Amino acid sequence: MGSHGIKDRVAIVGMGCTRFAEHWDEGLDDLLLDATSEAFTATGVTKDDVDAYWLGTAQGGMSGMLLAKPLQLDGKPVTRVENMCATGSEALRQAAYAVASGAYDLAMAVGVEKVKDSGYQGLNAVAVPNDGTQRTLTAAAMFSMVAPAYAERYGVPMGELKAVLARIASKNHHNGARNPRAQFRREMSVEQILAMPEVAGCLSVFDCAGVADGAAAAIMCRAEDAYHYTDHPLYVKALSLVAGNGSGLTDPSYDYTTFPEVVSCAEDAYAQAGITDPRVELAMAEVHDCFTPTELVLMEDLGFCDRGTAWKEVQAGAFDLTGDLPVNPDGGLKSFGHPVGASGLRMTFEAWLQLRGEAPADRQITTTTDRHLALTHNLGGYPGEMVSFVSILGTEPSA
Amino acid sequence: MGTRGIVGAAVYVPHGRLDRSTIAAVAGGGGGKGTRSVAGYDEDTTTMGVEAARAALRAVPEVEVGALWFSTVSPAYADKTNATTIHAALRLERDVGAFDANGSVRSSVGALVAAMEGRGTHLVVSADLRSGLAGGSDEADFGDGAAAVVVGDGADGPLLAEAIGGGRATEEFLDRWRTPGEVRSKVWEERFGESRYVPLGVAAWEDALKAAGLVADQVDRIALAGPHGRAVAALAKTLGARDRAVGGDLGGSVGNLGAAQPAALLSAALEVAEPGQVIALAVLADGADVMLFRTTDAVSSWTPRRSLADQATAGAPIDYGTYLRWRGLLAVEPPRRPEPGRPSASAVGRSADWKFGFVGSSGDDGAVHLPPQPADATAVPMADATGTIATFTVDRLAYSPSPPVVFAVVDFDGGGRLPVELTDVDVDQVRIGERVELTFRRLFTADGIHNYFWKARLI
Repeated sequence: MGSHGIKDRVAIVGMGCTRFAEHWDEGLDDLLLDATSEAFTATGVTKDDVDAYWLGTAQGGMSGMLLAKPLQLDGKPVTRVENMCATGSEALRQAAYAVASGAYDLAMAVGVEKVKDSGYQGLNAVAVPNDGTQRTLTAAAMFSMVAPAYAERYGVPMGELKAVLARIASKNHHNGARNPRAQFRREMSVEQILAMPEVAGCLSVFDCAGVADGAAAAIMCRAEDAYHYTDHPLYVKALSLVAGNGSGLTDPSYDYTTFPEVVSCAEDAYAQAGITDPRVELAMAEVHDCFTPTELVLMEDLGFCDRGTAWKEVQAGAFDLTGDLPVNPDGGLKSFGHPVGASGLRMTFEAWLQLRGEAPADRQITTTTDRHLALTHNLGGYPGEMVSFVSILGTEPSA
Repeated sequence: MGTRGIVGAAVYVPHGRLDRSTIAAVAGGGGGKGTRSVAGYDEDTTTMGVEAARAALRAVPEVEVGALWFSTVSPAYADKTNATTIHAALRLERDVGAFDANGSVRSSVGALVAAMEGRGTHLVVSADLRSGLAGGSDEADFGDGAAAVVVGDGADGPLLAEAIGGGRATEEFLDRWRTPGEVRSKVWEERFGESRYVPLGVAAWEDALKAAGLVADQVDRIALAGPHGRAVAALAKTLGARDRAVGGDLGGSVGNLGAAQPAALLSAALEVAEPGQVIALAVLADGADVMLFRTTDAVSSWTPRRSLADQATAGAPIDYGTYLRWRGLLAVEPPRRPEPGRPSASAVGRSADWKFGFVGSSGDDGAVHLPPQPADATAVPMADATGTIATFTVDRLAYSPSPPVVFAVVDFDGGGRLPVELTDVDVDQVRIGERVELTFRRLFTADGIHNYFWKARLI
């Protein structure tokens, strides 16, 4: 038994990503066509050249026909997958494993969400018939409980912690302002963010991910075939997923300052990729900043800094675009927006751009000159009960 | 038939208090002095009945209830029995009957009489929640609350007071009436009702004294209840009851608890009674019912969990706008969030012990799990557990019948954690480390289905 990964056996050879926005004039089909056609073009293939498809959508609809119909695929296997907000990453993971198994030569992972047709702000889960005892809190409120717990555990005054959280949001707005595909392209100062009214715990709407429609797609093949499609493939170094058992909700020893699912998921991914010191080995990270306290805790759970130090590192700018380890150079969920099923592949898309030197000049990171690895982290759920995904991607195949 | 009487009793007064002096400015009239009790937006007669019954039973844990009666003028459901919800929340045995005696004010004293004349141990629960229209006398005079009386023969718990006689008089006449579903009760000219009630009360009183072999002066405490305030006062004067009256000051803080008033006053009388005293309960509602009791030595060692007197002086102000909103008398813009779906009857059926009884589980390692985990073998009743707030939040985005949602992660004494909503709470009072207890509430109603579950409140 063991988690061995598929290091360097699969390469991403083409990607596409729509702008994430309130696409009142575009439906699910339009978003799927936009993202997939960009990926087909980038790879230099047609829909018929791709042997199998994985479609990730949390609530966009049922079955693989959701993709087969708009693309008019002819006799292709399409699997619809769902893993909460990590749905896009799950599609990537399934497609990559299918290629690694040798079952298919060319596979596509697509993620999509059309969230702005509900008529309500925010994300609204479709309820399964139940006994009525489930929590009805918003995700913002669930994650807001991290902030006072973190402040208490590490003795950070709440006012100072709020400034740290605002700095995370401000950093992501700064990066998103330099991203033509991002939902929010306006810089926001720490002072502006701190002045917003609280809506859930100490969080304002500016501590929350943007809610947007969008789609992203990746085409992958066996590593040895990669140069057939591109001179600059992105090799899959690690794919890891952990589905939590919800023990944090029932176990009084869980203190809301960490996400254990993320810790074990990251450990597994680093082992697969052979990473021992992510802070210096990674050129960048895209992490699931659904709410600002989430990004704060992730810096520690992913091993980017020591326990209890993330708030200082954030203040010191360690994760800025020009910092030690740029985090969310594309603006993250905060600024890029969060079409649930697409977000995981959107993160991959930023790694695709940055590691290959194709990001716009004003947000191109410089760590890539001597580092060639990127991490994406995608989660679904809440503190105490979540699924966590981590991928490591790189431009250099193993020697 | 052997001696029967009262084994236990309790009153539940909800947290909210409406200052009557604030009514007239909005309604153009009405109101008055003092306050009345106000049920929370998440309370109904069933949940208040559960709270009263829990309090009554916790004081006499050795008692095994053989039958449950629930009586209210404002039932949460028609057709469906409300007493079964109380039965489930109290985790009574399956072979214990649970019956509603609902609709009229008199039904509550009727249930008490039936229990007193029955066999075995009966739990008689009554509750009232009435509004009337804005500015009306019902709005000002009545309060919300519930009361529970445990009636038995002393077999599984000592009698606090023995039933020693009763009398009644029934007459058909129109004093107060309400079309089912309407908020407003209508009343005939008060003097007509008074002209009927006083002689009926005197007749029942004399019959009761005769049955008990007593004369009027031997009655130490008189609890007089009824929705017709003027008739009740007149009967009190006729009986010379004023200096022996029970609960005379409740009107200024809680209000008249309507259908729950007879049992509430009986409970209040027991709170202050000494052994060997005679207590009379007289109820004027579509006739008159008088019950006489003599307290036993056991009454001196009986302590209600929360006395009516204590509850009357507790509580927190509810402004008139909030009161009107909670009552549905002021329609406000709902939160712009999807409303919750109705609970599934079959899913509820599978988790009834958890949902209604707050029964968790524990496994091999002894850790308590809330909700219960399917692999665990041991059921762990946790409704009476207290706990500590580990962390909390205030959600101004989530759907609630009365936003914002105040929510805490609670670690229970003796194990178990549950993220749970807080109620009866002032947001500014919530702190990590605060102590909480559980209370049975109605989370929301969807498709006419009331979604009952537990919340936590600060102790």
